[in-house]
Amino acid sequence: MAFTTIFQPTGYNRLYQYDILQNEMNRLFDSFFGGQRRGRRSAGFPALNVSQDTDNIYVTAELPGIDVNDVEINVNGDSLHIKGERKLPETGSNVRYHRQERGSGQFSRTIQLPFPVNTEKVSAEMKLGVLTISLPKADEAKPRKINIKTA
Amino acid sequence: MAEKELKVDKKEVQNAQEFTQEGPVFNPDVDIYETEENLVLIADLPGVQTEDLDIDLNENTLTINGHVKKVTKGTSVYREYECGDYKRSFTVSSVIDQNKIKAELKNGVLRVVLPKAEAAKPRKIQIRTQ
Repeated sequence: MAFTTIFQPTGYNRLYQYDILQNEMNRLFDSFFGGQRRGRRSAGFPALNVSQDTDNIYVTAELPGIDVNDVEINVNGDSLHIKGERKLPETGSNVRYHRQERGSGQFSRTIQLPFPVNTEKVSAEMKLGVLTISLPKADEAKPRKINIKTA
Repeated sequence: MAEKELKVDKKEVQNAQEFTQEGPVFNPDVDIYETEENLVLIADLPGVQTEDLDIDLNENTLTINGHVKKVTKGTSVYREYECGDYKRSFTVSSVIDQNKIKAELKNGVLRVVLPKAEAAKPRKIQIRTQ
């Protein structure tokens, strides 16, 4: 099973920064040589994008033609598991393929989220073949405004 | 036919033609198969809405052009794939009845059915015995 860490804990800060540097170097090289590598290479199917705002973390994946019932999402503390299967409809035996590029089969991914999330309120939506999972941050992970008292 | 494995990398279009808008353009993965009556083309176009999809048939060239509206919520913190438009062209032979081509987009998957012209369908020839 593929396991991906989005953020490293503070102790690994230097490693994380090295990662940023390496990514930047890759980008520089690729833009110079016209390569096609963008973003990080995914650790497995599906490729995931993660974004956040003050209240939520959003995880998106492109899953065209995958039935909602064939996807299972589990959240456990700060790790998110996505598991499922892509089934291609039967075409019958009287068929001759000229091209077959679309893949099928089972997939499974686990990523570690940067914050603990409120597991009760996680929601997911499949739209136009794109899966979006919204994970509300746990209260302790939300930014808090601190009032300064004047004496 | 053996099934293909699920893969992660999208195939970016390599300078076949200059594009006027910014951002990457991808070649969608397709399956093409032939039955007795039809040629069927299936393409993965995640994120494309029906109104943003153009299917063009111009002198035997079938072009699929799908625009993806970017809808990133919040700020991006980690990225493994890029969003971009899809474009791919195919040569369609004249054995296709070009007036009867049908297309359907559902859950990010496009299905184009290209019926064969009457002349191209297999025909059984009766042999008469005297």
